[in-house]
Amino acid sequence: MNPVEHLVVVGASLAGLRAVEAARRAGFTGTVTLVGAETHAPYDRPPLSKAFLDTAQRPYPPEVPWLRAPDSFTSELDVGLVLGEPATGIDVTAQAIQTSTGEIGYDALVVATGARARMLPGTEALAGVHGIRTLDDARAVRRALDAGARTVVVGAGFIGSEVASAARRRGLPVTVVEALPTPLARAVGGLAGTALATLHERNGTQLLCGAGVRAVEGSDHVERVVLDDGTVLVADLVVVGIGAEPATGWLDGSGIELGNGVVCDETLASSVPGIYAAGDVARWMNPVFGRSQRIEHWTSAAEQGAAAARNAIAPDRATAYATVPYFWSDWYDSRIQFAGSADAEEVRLVDGDPMTGGRWIVLYRERERLVGALTVNGQTEIMKYRRMIGAGATWQAGLDLAAARRASPPAEAWFPRASDPDGRPSRAEGHPRSVQPAAVRPDRPLR
Amino acid sequence: MKVVADFAKCTGLGICESLLPDRFEVGAGGEVVLLRQDVAEEDRAAVEEAVAGCPTMALRLEP
Repeated sequence: MNPVEHLVVVGASLAGLRAVEAARRAGFTGTVTLVGAETHAPYDRPPLSKAFLDTAQRPYPPEVPWLRAPDSFTSELDVGLVLGEPATGIDVTAQAIQTSTGEIGYDALVVATGARARMLPGTEALAGVHGIRTLDDARAVRRALDAGARTVVVGAGFIGSEVASAARRRGLPVTVVEALPTPLARAVGGLAGTALATLHERNGTQLLCGAGVRAVEGSDHVERVVLDDGTVLVADLVVVGIGAEPATGWLDGSGIELGNGVVCDETLASSVPGIYAAGDVARWMNPVFGRSQRIEHWTSAAEQGAAAARNAIAPDRATAYATVPYFWSDWYDSRIQFAGSADAEEVRLVDGDPMTGGRWIVLYRERERLVGALTVNGQTEIMKYRRMIGAGATWQAGLDLAAARRASPPAEAWFPRASDPDGRPSRAEGHPRSVQPAAVRPDRPLR
Repeated sequence: MKVVADFAKCTGLGICESLLPDRFEVGAGGEVVLLRQDVAEEDRAAVEEAVAGCPTMALRLEP
């Protein structure tokens, strides 16, 4: 294979920027081009639903969370920036991508086009309905909150819940509408999802679960949200947080294998030599769980960007990228952190009481292995579990750590009942309270 | 060299602790505790990774 002379990175957010930085740090002296669909220079997304909306920040409104100083792209990274030009296609034989204005040839390519926020169909023409993925979205949401908007958040996910927190912090009325019976069941399982939902109730956010949206109505600007059961919610601002889809449309028919993202091996290599993927758009084989995963987290986007670029410029020395997925979210005054996988046979509260507002911890078991940990106000604990999960620790080792560092006894109200109509065999071994823990399906609340 | 934390920026997300637990630990106050600040040349790459991995850009290396 010829040496790489031109590295092109498509997607100018965290993963893309980290790809460029890593290539330079690895000593790559060839040409580097970074292509981005947005007109903005790379910025950081987590603050957009947190500090960016927070009136307690000084100065207020807070500045844009740029990822790098503007002059450093040339002076430190020597990267050509092509911004405001979405990639529209690719010819993998000719080794060139198409953008809205022309073609860019490459020797090696990192695809980091991220994901696109899912929106409610039919609301495109209505002002006041926003996702919260881009800087422009966040600015619009902030303007509406500044004007005292009555807010409806569609989707009880993490980002929507952060917007609800920001609205309540301002004393504004907010309702979160969730189509599923339990919030966050897929992300953290039913037990933790139900427990997290109590944060909304205790902070004055109305949470309606099992509630589908029938219509979002208004003449030019949104005026109300109508639910399937006929309930009408008056709204000046509707924030849609119903997930995101990998931005792979420009790769359709290219010969690159797609399937819920760009399908990659352990080294983040796609099915086409010379083309790697990173961040929200990449579905790669994670050696930690031996499973193909697509992760929409800050940490993996940053790390995958760097790993993909290192492998793209030196494919002969490509190394696997393995990680224990990690994310965090800030609701009201609580810090939520999750490490690992919520795809588990058993989910157990091991520390604290979700109803009291202090620290609480939930662990996840798959066979005899500890596979996941969720902490609320447990910043001192979470990374200890993350390291254990990465090292393949046993479930018992996780329980032992929880017992040794326990702040307060786990509240029995959250224990599964022996009579739980789950139909799966109950297991008693190792349970801190000798309560028969029925295996927990993560899609069902336990209370 | 030494590693330095900006406590105005640190919110205790703990990436540094998960990478290098013998150097960083999130303390009860919700901020990083620097268990060791000196960075020998052979540790530099690992510490640089922790610095780059901080979501709030709260860590830096100083001469």
